[in-house]
Amino acid sequence: MENTTVLIAAVVLMCLLGAALGAVIGIFVRIFKVKSDLLADFALELLPGANCGGCGYAGCADFAKALAAGKANPSGCPVSSAEQIAAISSALGVDAGQMERKCAVVLCRCDIGEVRHMNYNGVQDCAAAHLVGGGPQECHYGCLGLGTCARKCPFGAIEIIGMVAVVHRELCVGCGKCVAACPRGVIKLVPADAEYHVYCNSPKKGAVKRQFCKAGCIGCRKCERSAPGKFVINGFLSQVNYDAGEYPDEKVAAAFTCPVGGLLDVESRIAAARAKAEEVKNK
Amino acid sequence: MDSEKNKSGMLLPTGEKLVLSSSPHLSTGASLRKIMGGVLLALLPAVAAAVCFFGFRALLVIIYTTASCVIAEALWCYFAGKPVLKTISDCSAAVTGLLLALCLPVSVPWYVPPIGAILAIWLGKQVYGGLGNNPFNPALVARVGLLIALPAAMTAWTPSRGMLQYDYPLQNTFFSGENLRKIGSEPADAITCATPLGVAKTSGKVLERGDAGKMHFAEVEYPDLLLRYFLGDRAGCLGETSVLALLLGFVILVALNLINWRVPVIFVGTVALITGAMHAIFPGVTPNLAFHILNGGLLLGAVFMATDMVTSPITGWGCVVFAAGCGIITSVIRIWGNYPEGVSFAILFMNALVPLIDRWCGKRPFGYVPERHK
Amino acid sequence: MNKSSRTVMTFSGGIHPLGDGKSLSNKMAVVPAPLLDKYFVLLSENAGKPPQPVVQKGDKVRKYQLLAAADGFVSANLHSPTSGEVIDIRKVPGPMGLPAVAIEIAADGEDAGEPPFEPITDWQNADPEMLKKRVAEAGLVGMGGASFPTHVKLSPPPEKKVDTLILNGAECEPYLTADHRLMLELPEKVVRGAAILAKILQVKRAGIGVEINKSDAIDALNKFGSRYNVEIVPLKVRYPQGSEKQLINAITGRKVRSGGLPMDAGCVVQNVATAAALSDAVTEGIPLIERIVTVTGEVVVEPGNFRAKIGTPAIELVKLAGGVTEEPGKLIFGGPMMGFAQKSFEVPIAKNTSGILLLPTKVSLNYATTGCIRCGRCVQGCPMKLMPCLLSTAIEADRFDLAAQNHVMDCMECGSCAYVCPDHRPLVQNIRRAKAELRKQAAKGN
Repeated sequence: MENTTVLIAAVVLMCLLGAALGAVIGIFVRIFKVKSDLLADFALELLPGANCGGCGYAGCADFAKALAAGKANPSGCPVSSAEQIAAISSALGVDAGQMERKCAVVLCRCDIGEVRHMNYNGVQDCAAAHLVGGGPQECHYGCLGLGTCARKCPFGAIEIIGMVAVVHRELCVGCGKCVAACPRGVIKLVPADAEYHVYCNSPKKGAVKRQFCKAGCIGCRKCERSAPGKFVINGFLSQVNYDAGEYPDEKVAAAFTCPVGGLLDVESRIAAARAKAEEVKNK
Repeated sequence: MDSEKNKSGMLLPTGEKLVLSSSPHLSTGASLRKIMGGVLLALLPAVAAAVCFFGFRALLVIIYTTASCVIAEALWCYFAGKPVLKTISDCSAAVTGLLLALCLPVSVPWYVPPIGAILAIWLGKQVYGGLGNNPFNPALVARVGLLIALPAAMTAWTPSRGMLQYDYPLQNTFFSGENLRKIGSEPADAITCATPLGVAKTSGKVLERGDAGKMHFAEVEYPDLLLRYFLGDRAGCLGETSVLALLLGFVILVALNLINWRVPVIFVGTVALITGAMHAIFPGVTPNLAFHILNGGLLLGAVFMATDMVTSPITGWGCVVFAAGCGIITSVIRIWGNYPEGVSFAILFMNALVPLIDRWCGKRPFGYVPERHK
Repeated sequence: MNKSSRTVMTFSGGIHPLGDGKSLSNKMAVVPAPLLDKYFVLLSENAGKPPQPVVQKGDKVRKYQLLAAADGFVSANLHSPTSGEVIDIRKVPGPMGLPAVAIEIAADGEDAGEPPFEPITDWQNADPEMLKKRVAEAGLVGMGGASFPTHVKLSPPPEKKVDTLILNGAECEPYLTADHRLMLELPEKVVRGAAILAKILQVKRAGIGVEINKSDAIDALNKFGSRYNVEIVPLKVRYPQGSEKQLINAITGRKVRSGGLPMDAGCVVQNVATAAALSDAVTEGIPLIERIVTVTGEVVVEPGNFRAKIGTPAIELVKLAGGVTEEPGKLIFGGPMMGFAQKSFEVPIAKNTSGILLLPTKVSLNYATTGCIRCGRCVQGCPMKLMPCLLSTAIEADRFDLAAQNHVMDCMECGSCAYVCPDHRPLVQNIRRAKAELRKQAAKGN
């Protein structure tokens, strides 16, 4: 009998304790209630939750608030697909807005160019390596290949092939985290529908570049002459004119031969990097 | 030929092999392997003492346990996709294995060391991310785990060799060689006996009801025994018994600059202080301080476990606080606890507090100006 | 200087480098380097703004002639090391790893020129402002490593009361012996330089701190100490004894507050080589165009100390030292603890290049970490009382905020932590990265 009493007492006590603690929590929830914006909460539900910061806000929650306040358009989210953006705009009853899709691209072919570099011993991080005498490569504008951008990418869109980073366009949403992380500024955010790029980032003289890199742009202006307005020459570096609205396509690429083979579409660039990495590995 | 020779036959560097790296460009030459090797070396006297007092089986247990730990580490690394050889070659698993072996009784059944190895390496170390990330000393995690899970196997103490020959002057004691021999002459699988700490605990409990007085612990405190405790001729774990061997290990560790000497000294000192004071005030509660220092796993724990780099504080004052805390908890468990021994629990408990201790004892930077004075 | 100079002073923390490599070259007397065909005088030598060239391609120059004039206050003049012709002003491999602009001079072999300044023989009674002007004219910079223009250091703002001048003769970096030989061979110049500096700053107390492993240099300096009223302070052999803040702490017991400058503790610290150069500039009227360089390392055939002209390529000094026994794994400008690894032997020496160190691969530190084991050696070794292992772990996780909270900006990159680390973690490099990142963030914030 004694045991039963103890048992009952224990159960009752537990229930009472639970009720009391529950009440305390309930009261505190009331006191410290965070005022939430229903519209913002609703918008947050619809957003992808990647918190990549590609919209320019601190994260999805911040962007949702801006959406609710009418300060931003749903298309500001680079991660959402067109359908998702349409869904958000119809759900919130706001205009979807226009936003140019961006995509990151690593403008360097240091692997193909076999950039002269020395041995490096230290932190396997581009920013850290860049601080040690400007990095081990002789070229101070190219990809360091230590993968800081790949680690920073929330979408796993960057792959290090051999000693160079490449961006997989199908995964990239253009949030720009890699651009901020790269100490060399070799990653550029470009319009997503630009197929062809000039893979070099060094404004140095062609002759200087040729000393240590076989693949650097020599600034011969062939591309510019062949397709006026589609390229801009900056110093001794030709780059696709991303502001033009129309970007070089197969026809442009076929119309002339780039002496260093630097004008490539994204897929051929990745294929070339893979082939080169394979070749180096077999060596 | 990397370097070119100029006309005068002088060898000039070309710079082909130059390595780019951040300063500093020199090191002391210390490495993880050398540190672990030093610890293994410091443990050798304890291993020798164990073999000396508990016989050949002790060596088998030590080798078996160490091998179990190394294999457990190799298996984890293999399945976790870590480099197997590289991880094993830092010798940290061997150190853990050897320490665990020295925490086992000689009569330990065959299945205990592998279980201990899995507890130590997997649960004690690798789940946290491997060497350097474990909050608790892996060997102690295994020892405490085994002690709780397999208490019978872990507390089946075998008398040491000397104990059988030794005729104890006091009557009816646990240590009387005469008694042990008598038991030995009868058909039995093995002889077991209690450790001095165990005897102190039980006799203390028994005598609580009897009359208080100095005679309570006479049988374990008998002056003649102290030398035997010092040498290690008593029942107990393989490595804990010989204070002499452990002191030798301590000297090696300090000479190789592998431990902070303050930790063992303060640990043991705190235990001495508390037990000594308790004994002086209430002689019936606990034996004297010489007994406490020489018995149990205090020296093994203080010299090899509490000084484990990974699980002890990195700040100077933190080490002092840590060691004193270990000493206090050990004394409390020994005097008032249910277990006869508290070193393992004390160290594990203090291990858990290390991040806090380090935070409290964090140094002030050179020329530090408090925020309010700025 | 509070205590008797017999007491060996030191600071707390730091490390004691074993086998410091000084014995390779500390018995070798300074040898003047022979005249070369070409010199590459780097423009961006000093901290602060690089000076502006005042010569053009094709100009004939005389020895000591001004090549580039200081551009602004925190900048230093640059003078021609020899007579000849300016062939080009172009980019050459620089000591910081990046190409740097240098004035290329083809020597005419005469090495002729006149000291451009009037010698001030009676400097004891000279106007301090005039002496300070001479410091700026002569293009003096900190020759210990930082290369900070000396006249800037000698112009403390009026609210900072400077009462002590300290000359840094600790030379705590392993391998380097240039300052040691200087103090031993030209003690009077060093002590006189100290006295002139004290005169400029108008301070009563002037001392030279020297580590006791250079007892012969201490004896040499002591012969002149009392004549110029300069105290010679023996210091314990401990790295980084020669760091400004640690040196001030060891000698005066004062602590420079976090983020502060030596003048906040009422001190100005100068290198002994700078003092000797100042002595030349004042009493002989010659600008800074040469310095003593230690060329050493295990692979150097005949390590030694050379009086070389600024702009001498490293390879020429290696030639003077008899070449190498094997291809070196590292070329370092400065000492092994704080020096910079170079990419090429073509890099010319600058005013702050105290040593050219060639380490074989097996001696130089190989960063290969498997993870911190929390041994705490870096914490014991840090002279700034930081916790490098925790800082580094935070930085590896990109937690620069946490690093800032734990005073990462107080780190002076002395390298004690990485030197003692048994896991060979690149602690200093991580900390440098955090400092660069935090500076960038601070610049953005403003």
